[in-house]
Amino acid sequence: MEEIFIPKPEKPIPNLSISNDQGLLQWISSVDHKQIGIMYLWLTVVFLIIGGIEILLVRIQLSIPKNHFLLPETYNQLFTMHGTTMIFFVAMPAIFGFSTYFVPLMIGANDMAFPRLNALSFWMTFFGGSLLYFSFLAGGAPDAGWFNYAPLNQVNFSTSKGIDYYCSGLLLSGIGSVTASINFIVTILNYKVRSMSLKQLPIFVWMVLINSFLVLAAFPSLNAALAMLLIDRQLHAHFFSAVAGGSAILWQHLFWLFGHPEVYIVILPIFGILSEVFPVFSRKSIFGYAFVVGSGMAISLLAFGVWVHHMFTTGLGNTVNGFFAASSLLIGIPTGVKIFSWLATMYGGSLRFSVSMMFAIAFLIEFTIGGLSGISFAIVPIDWQLTDTYYVVAHLHYVLIGGTVFGLFSGMFYWFPKISGRVLDERLGKWFFWLFVISFNLTFLVQHALGAMGMPRRVYTYPNISGWGILNFISTIGAFLMAVSFGLFIYIVLKAMKKGEIASSDPWDADTLEWTTTSPPPLQNFDRVIPIKSARPYRDYKLRNDADFKIK
Amino acid sequence: MDNKIMVKLVVGTEAMFFLCLIMVFVYFSLLPEFKMQQIKNLDISTTSQFTALLLFSSFTYWRAEKNFNNGMIKRFKFWILFTLILGILFLLGQAKEYVKLLSSQVTISSSIFGTSFFTLTGFHGLHVAVGLIIIGIITYLTFIGDYDYKKSSIVSAVGVYWHFVDIVWLFVFFIVYVMPHLS
Repeated sequence: MEEIFIPKPEKPIPNLSISNDQGLLQWISSVDHKQIGIMYLWLTVVFLIIGGIEILLVRIQLSIPKNHFLLPETYNQLFTMHGTTMIFFVAMPAIFGFSTYFVPLMIGANDMAFPRLNALSFWMTFFGGSLLYFSFLAGGAPDAGWFNYAPLNQVNFSTSKGIDYYCSGLLLSGIGSVTASINFIVTILNYKVRSMSLKQLPIFVWMVLINSFLVLAAFPSLNAALAMLLIDRQLHAHFFSAVAGGSAILWQHLFWLFGHPEVYIVILPIFGILSEVFPVFSRKSIFGYAFVVGSGMAISLLAFGVWVHHMFTTGLGNTVNGFFAASSLLIGIPTGVKIFSWLATMYGGSLRFSVSMMFAIAFLIEFTIGGLSGISFAIVPIDWQLTDTYYVVAHLHYVLIGGTVFGLFSGMFYWFPKISGRVLDERLGKWFFWLFVISFNLTFLVQHALGAMGMPRRVYTYPNISGWGILNFISTIGAFLMAVSFGLFIYIVLKAMKKGEIASSDPWDADTLEWTTTSPPPLQNFDRVIPIKSARPYRDYKLRNDADFKIK
Repeated sequence: MDNKIMVKLVVGTEAMFFLCLIMVFVYFSLLPEFKMQQIKNLDISTTSQFTALLLFSSFTYWRAEKNFNNGMIKRFKFWILFTLILGILFLLGQAKEYVKLLSSQVTISSSIFGTSFFTLTGFHGLHVAVGLIIIGIITYLTFIGDYDYKKSSIVSAVGVYWHFVDIVWLFVFFIVYVMPHLS
């Protein structure tokens, strides 16, 4: 047993003269990493519902040819807000929520290094999202797509205030992401329990660490681009307006220099979650610890050398295209290493098919489909043919839902008992799993075909071309089934919170430190921490004779 | 040591931010007539003097930090106040230059030169201003006696930021003011 070195927190926020230990005020004023993590997750749910409703309206519009359910202007605003919301206010806060909650717990710390900065990061994200949505009241939401290309984002093309709110909202939440990442790095490096070496960090913590560096390197590019665009729109500067000597393609370079690392930012921590889930439910240690961590680093480095594959059709020349095609294909290698590591982890293990494990296994299949369609985009001629079609839409949803969201659900079913002290209903959970998998594939598998048949993305409506109508209709039905399955998930969560089965401190017989404290953990996470001699300290503690460090 | 690691990470991410702004400036500076406008509108000799002041403020801050770590609070007060004044002088110099440019109709919306010049130097000036606010707070706290006895990592942490702002200015100065006179 080892003393840990963080002073005991006695109140959620010290030096406040009013009583703040109850109700909403306790949450608003909290600097406790667990409460902030939970608020991140609730924020995710709220924005997921909003972003989901937006896309359902879009899917209704697209369900039959020559439909006029929405106005064209509304349609543009809805798909723009859907993309922006899902990337910046669903994927990011969900990942920060899990990270904020579990990083300190998994390294034996009692809080983040800078608790107030942690609260600031959350509220920046919250108000960034609120500011973005205020645009609806201020005369119209942003309407130039989530990547907001010039010259569409200029005042003369988008006259409403929407894009100004897009800039300021994303700037705020971007600053929140940067401060959160700084906080993670300092916490992991300085507050892990002293006996835990870097080689014994849980892989989830490793991925958050790598990911935080990725955020620090990628977000400045977005912030610079947003600041320039705001200067363009508010002070009539000329960065992105070609008429006055500016450059429209400059926006694409700056945006994708951020945007491509961003898609790794929302997947690397998911790789971390899966690297926790697979060993626990296979009852084996992770296969190739060093390779899983190393390939994470490789992905984050390669992330900055591939952005031009979003711009193959802009005419940068064959040399440039060839270079970025090669670098994009390279990304497949470290990602493949990870997939094989997880497969090898399962191989020969005694598998338990909990809902969490089922989502993790489904991830392997769905994410590989998304990965393969991604590889096809790295091949320049195929990209020229398929860019800006529904094939892209299918690809990005297979990596963002089949990857990120499946991983988040896996993490949710795995960690919910620790967060709430109650277990999510496994039987209903399996219903939810199958409904979600079927509806997800129903929605997006057909979009590969739509794209190959030439249907462009983001069109308001389309003529009655053979096949387009029926495939779009199937996709819309799938989208509504996804909404139903998400409703079922909310029901499962609310039901568990109200009268779910009480969780023990270690319901899954897991390996890492967060399961050594009670469920839910007290305000002070740990008094003492068990000795750490391998990457699975809790298992070593439970099975002293079969401990990892004795075998090696 | 938390503070110092945090500031180093902030400096790292800020360096990426300035890298983007500088690359944008360089990209536009390849346009025809851009160099001519640089030479016509910018007065390299006046700006060199203010650059010297800012660089000197890095030296004074280094002296302040040294004395603080050795417990020489009186000398620390002198050097930190000196740094503050140098920083303010630099900003005044920048303001003077801005006024001169604006009065000769070079604005952020007048041309692509104005756009990229004011954005790059403006963001740098903003960072100097933020640094001055932080140094101002430290100075105030020192004069009311907060730093008389105990050592704090704040002074060296702020130092990392302040030196960073100086180094960025060296790059900006070279690219914006010196480059057009070469070749």
